[in-house]
Amino acid sequence: MSNTNQIKLPTYVETPPIDRDSMAGEGPFKATQEIQNDLGFPDEKVDNWQQVAIEKIGETKSKFRSVQVFLDSCVKCGACTDKCHYYLGTADPKNMPVARQDLFRSVYRRYFTFAGKFFPKLVGAKDLDEDMLDDWYNYFHQCSQCRRCAVYCPSGIDTAEISMAAREVMNVIGVGQKYSNQILGKVKKIGNNLGMPEPALRDTLMDLEEEIKEDTGIDIKLPIDIKNSEVLMVSPSADFFAEPHIDGLIGYAKVFHESGVSWTLSSYASEAANFGIFIGNYDVMKQGALRIRKAALDLNVKRVVVGECGHAWRVAYSFWNTLSGIGSGAVDKYSMQLQKQLDSNYPQPQHIIEFTFDLIQNNQLSFDKSKNDHRVVTFHDSCNVARGSNMGNIKNGQFILPREVIKAACNHFVDMSKNTIESSTFCCGGGGGLLTDDLIDLRIKGAKPRMHALKKSEQESGVNTLAAICAICKSQFSKVLPYYDFDPYMIVSVHQLISDAIILRKKSPQKD
Amino acid sequence: MSLISVLFIFFIYISVLVFILGVSYKLVQYWNTPAPLKIPIAPTSLDAKGVFLRFLREIFLFSSLFKANKWTWIFGWSFHLALVLLFFRHLVYFWPGEAPLILYKTESFKYASYPLIFGLTGLLGRRIFVDRVRYISAPSDYLMLLVLIVIASTGMIMTFANHHPNLLMVYNFAEGLITFKWSELPREFIFLAHIFPVFCLVAIFPISKLLHAPGIFFSPTFNQIDNARKKRHLSNWASKKEESLKIDIENNHEEVK
Repeated sequence: MSNTNQIKLPTYVETPPIDRDSMAGEGPFKATQEIQNDLGFPDEKVDNWQQVAIEKIGETKSKFRSVQVFLDSCVKCGACTDKCHYYLGTADPKNMPVARQDLFRSVYRRYFTFAGKFFPKLVGAKDLDEDMLDDWYNYFHQCSQCRRCAVYCPSGIDTAEISMAAREVMNVIGVGQKYSNQILGKVKKIGNNLGMPEPALRDTLMDLEEEIKEDTGIDIKLPIDIKNSEVLMVSPSADFFAEPHIDGLIGYAKVFHESGVSWTLSSYASEAANFGIFIGNYDVMKQGALRIRKAALDLNVKRVVVGECGHAWRVAYSFWNTLSGIGSGAVDKYSMQLQKQLDSNYPQPQHIIEFTFDLIQNNQLSFDKSKNDHRVVTFHDSCNVARGSNMGNIKNGQFILPREVIKAACNHFVDMSKNTIESSTFCCGGGGGLLTDDLIDLRIKGAKPRMHALKKSEQESGVNTLAAICAICKSQFSKVLPYYDFDPYMIVSVHQLISDAIILRKKSPQKD
Repeated sequence: MSLISVLFIFFIYISVLVFILGVSYKLVQYWNTPAPLKIPIAPTSLDAKGVFLRFLREIFLFSSLFKANKWTWIFGWSFHLALVLLFFRHLVYFWPGEAPLILYKTESFKYASYPLIFGLTGLLGRRIFVDRVRYISAPSDYLMLLVLIVIASTGMIMTFANHHPNLLMVYNFAEGLITFKWSELPREFIFLAHIFPVFCLVAIFPISKLLHAPGIFFSPTFNQIDNARKKRHLSNWASKKEESLKIDIENNHEEVK
């Protein structure tokens, strides 16, 4: 990356004055007819789109209490206006969470409320016309659904819910986003976001096993489709594909190897990510979740463990039990069969961080921390993990466990500024279905607040390693770090830190 | 009875009726709208007690707003707290018959009008001077603050600048509204300018952003317990979907096995 492209930045987050329409535009590439067809959405904008959209808004607000309540409750206090990384990075006022919601709310008011029907100017109600739809498409694809704004809202209004609802409405009228919908089609047809077919996956895993053998001299397996394993590992497919993700996968393998717990990946459920959440579609999300249940049943496993992927963990932790009965309490035939099969001594599903943390607590893993002594590590709380999930079933466990796991393997750990971590963490800038090259300008600008905080840690504590537990964060950082004068290789998986420091005592793979 | 008294009595009843029917409608609507997924927002509560405490913090201390912006917090919080105190201060007027002694002891609550004006002016100032807040403000947002400022300042003029209306008439009028034994309304303009906007706000409550008051209790981000793994959360329409999806799932399981 040439120096001219780099953005020089101070080490604090400034709230910029508003700069109208600075991010106006056509938004990300639209989904092609084929992509839309794959998901059962209209393949082009339907003729009576306004009518369809308004009916869909009515349906959505009658099915989601969040949408109905949030549309009514906002008092425009302004608390959220300086909380969104996209606003802080772009200064476009439509990227202020409340203004983004208002794109939706003004239409709701116009068609569904007394005041908006009769006094639209007074209450800021607006028609759903072509211009408004363009704004919807553009600005609802400048929201990563990270929910930082919701942490600060005195009424608990979550812009992500509105943004998901808006994308759902747009899909229903045939205006879909290429990136998210194409990926969902691949999951549906092939089983993972990458569209990596089973033979390629098997090859990759075999190559990787050889690589590990060369590195460590030990046979560490990356098993796939092994029936009756203890654990089904569901990982984001990025883990099979590229740096820095793949080093995390190696880390999981080493942890499983050391733990002696038998495990397997699944070629059918070779994807933890579930972009159904990004497009706000309950059915699509459910289909994704059902794949996992089916794999767990077919492979007759006792535990389901989820790899390092932010929104996947939110979906798994918060939604799987609802969507597909992975957890407890579902009463349909397959869910009950699964509940009987799964080991109730463990939370189902479990995060790989929880799995590793438990082993560390029980002294089942040992580390040579000096292997990570060249690193000063900081941890990026991924938004969906931080604000939409938990780990360890203890309060704030989702912040505590990953840090404890890192500290078990590293001597030098420092946190970034308090207001940029944990529940206040800044999004990497690429979440929520925005991790696509046609949005690169937005992604670079959206990363700015995180980069500010990282720059400060670099200057004050010499931080040179940024660890994360989210495939999207890792990909996004690899891409945008150079723009801010950082080394793109400073982003690592938490399990890469584990992988580098773990002492392998077991010489051959455990046989069950 | 004078025409103006009749008109006011009519207006007050209508506005209260609109309030009761409108808010009931919204409460029923919120209640009946399912929340299909668990979406509590961090810092989440792992049990019911935690959710209860969170509501106490949010409702009495505005804790999220405190995290967000200290200026908005001090203006908003002092305004709301003052509003509650002044509500109790006014109960005595409406109490039918002999009011309980405790209501007479709220005399000093009248000083809450200072933080009320302070908060309202501050909030209006933010709307005017902070570019971000100005951008998101609709005319109704300014109007509502102005109406509240009129209510507060007329009340203060009556209380502190010795422009009292005939208090006996006020008692009789207010009590008459409750007991349906209507009596003449005090004629002082300042008194009318005080109560008219109050009942305007009462009337628009169910069709305006004032709905944030009941709304906060229905926010799934606040009221849900973070226990999705332990306890299955299933809404009405989602369970109906379960039924329709069953066949699909069966087929799917057969097919691949």
